[in-house]
Amino acid sequence: MPRTFIPKVVTANALLEGDAVWLTEADTWTRDISEAELMTDEAHADLRLLEAQSRIDEIAGAYLADANPGSDGPEPMHFREKFRTRGPSNYAHGKQVELS
Amino acid sequence: MYTYTDFDEAFVRSRVAQFRGQVERRIDGSLTEDEFKPLRLMNGLYLQLHAYMLRVAVPYGTLNTAQMRQLAYIADRWDKGYGHFTTRQNIQYNWPKLQDVPDMLEALADVGMHAIQTSGNTIRNVTADHFAGAAADEIEDPRAIAELLRQWSTDHPEFQFLPRKFKIAVTGAAHDRAVTKAHDIGLRMVRNDAGEPGFEVIVGGGLGRTPMVGKVLRAFLPKADLLPYCEAIVSVYNLLGRRDNKYKARIKITLHENGLERIQELVEERFNTIRAGFTGHDQALLAEIEDAFAPPAFAHKPTDGYEAARLANPAFRSWTDTNLADHKADGYAIVSISIKKHGATPGDATSDQMRVMADLAEQYGHGELRISHEQNVILPHVHKADLAKVYAALREADLATANIGLASDIIACPGMDYCALATARSIPIAQEIATRFDELKIEHEIGQLKIKISGCINACGHHHVGHIGILGLDRAGVENYQITLGGDGTETTTIGERAGPGFSAEEIVPAIERLVTGYLGLRNDPEETFLQTYRRLGLAPFKAILYPAEDKANAA
Repeated sequence: MPRTFIPKVVTANALLEGDAVWLTEADTWTRDISEAELMTDEAHADLRLLEAQSRIDEIAGAYLADANPGSDGPEPMHFREKFRTRGPSNYAHGKQVELS
Repeated sequence: MYTYTDFDEAFVRSRVAQFRGQVERRIDGSLTEDEFKPLRLMNGLYLQLHAYMLRVAVPYGTLNTAQMRQLAYIADRWDKGYGHFTTRQNIQYNWPKLQDVPDMLEALADVGMHAIQTSGNTIRNVTADHFAGAAADEIEDPRAIAELLRQWSTDHPEFQFLPRKFKIAVTGAAHDRAVTKAHDIGLRMVRNDAGEPGFEVIVGGGLGRTPMVGKVLRAFLPKADLLPYCEAIVSVYNLLGRRDNKYKARIKITLHENGLERIQELVEERFNTIRAGFTGHDQALLAEIEDAFAPPAFAHKPTDGYEAARLANPAFRSWTDTNLADHKADGYAIVSISIKKHGATPGDATSDQMRVMADLAEQYGHGELRISHEQNVILPHVHKADLAKVYAALREADLATANIGLASDIIACPGMDYCALATARSIPIAQEIATRFDELKIEHEIGQLKIKISGCINACGHHHVGHIGILGLDRAGVENYQITLGGDGTETTTIGERAGPGFSAEEIVPAIERLVTGYLGLRNDPEETFLQTYRRLGLAPFKAILYPAEDKANAA
């Protein structure tokens, strides 16, 4: 049986600020993972990653990250990706304060 | 202290201008990230989890007051009002924006600082004993040698593309506070039979995924041979070191794979070839640098007020018991300012705190500050008559924690709160352990204890040489913490032993508490430190304390 493809989002660091951004269906970058495009097809995800990687004057280090389909949009799976959605745990810095 | 010559100044300014151009070309898209990355790393700029990070070199851990104030200014102007002092005596800014970094570097150049070679496969910032020039047990101030090495290694054309990064540490004292045996080259000043100062040259130490204690390559190297000999070592490594596998590229592996004798032969051969090329200019330069590190004009005044203040104020007395070290000059003490307030992030100082420390150095400390690899700040020269005033000012700035060398004086790398390489968080674990020991009010009873935490196998938090080491890992998508015991980073360097299976984030703090309170029941007397008890008894009783359920299961 072929292995199940875990849904993905394309994520990267914004070129100027360096913070985490996610690719939306509208080809924009969002700072809120719930607005990201969740991809359930492997070939499509690979293609979207290639497209993202070509946008060199907007982002750096694009990659595919595992994500869960949540009720409000994609949610991070791994704890590292969760931290990227909110910022460090020792100070109220980063997305946990910037997004609210 | 050393101040930049016109040559240094011009070189650093030209590097800033060069990097400014590179940043502009990256932002307009003419450079890809793959092209830009090696360029930014050469200038200490990383891209981390939430932002860029700029790592600024504090050469051999020494700062003057203008430099410390400028670090505070940079924190306010381009970052979030604080900086993080690291285990390599550097300072890191966690939130710079790419377009601002050239201005930050320009501001550093204004005070004779830079971020060159704080990353990449080059010779990194040379670290030194943080008590250098002040320690009572010192042969000579090692900073002149460290500065000579800095000048030699900066932009050295042969060593810009080494197989891997290369770290040098220097100490002039018998007691090793610079972890020299865990560096690619460790230099310990010693005297030969004729009483002349020279170096014991240690090679191939390192932590990371393959921790190794450095080996003595030369038992005594005359001071005048230092540069050609170091050049010979790096040169041999540059040719022999592996470039096929990043995990086997450090000199510790080169040494391990080729053997000490073979490396010795090659280094001596190379040394004999290049020695004649060093015609004495390096020694003339060293003499000039040594003049720059001449000791300050120490004051002679009574210390009666100090003793009286100690008697009158128990909090001050407690602080003097833990945070002072012996100074070579009569009437003086070395002050360690703890950047480890219970519950705070180890090594983080606010811009206000940096300014307070600069003011104190100016007023009471002959204008000098040091950053220790243990992530604290040192005022190396304070007269005992001024200690009560220094303490009062530190209290005002929330910098008077009396815990140097105790359980809450924890080294912790940034871990997964900031670092892109990390596999787990370090900072919250350090915060929780320190908070817990503060609640228990037993850390003075526990005595000397070094807890060191790394958030990944690369071991920036030196966990292998912690009396208690904690390594954060990712175990099937969950943070997990492994404990090592019996490590030591001094002249008796030892790599800690793994205690057993790891603990979850919820279990790790209770496990450490169990371990430390258990030690109190194992020690012979209150004078026997955790490390001494561990060395006497070995792993078994500590393991039984850490894994009580397992112990019962085995007994059943």
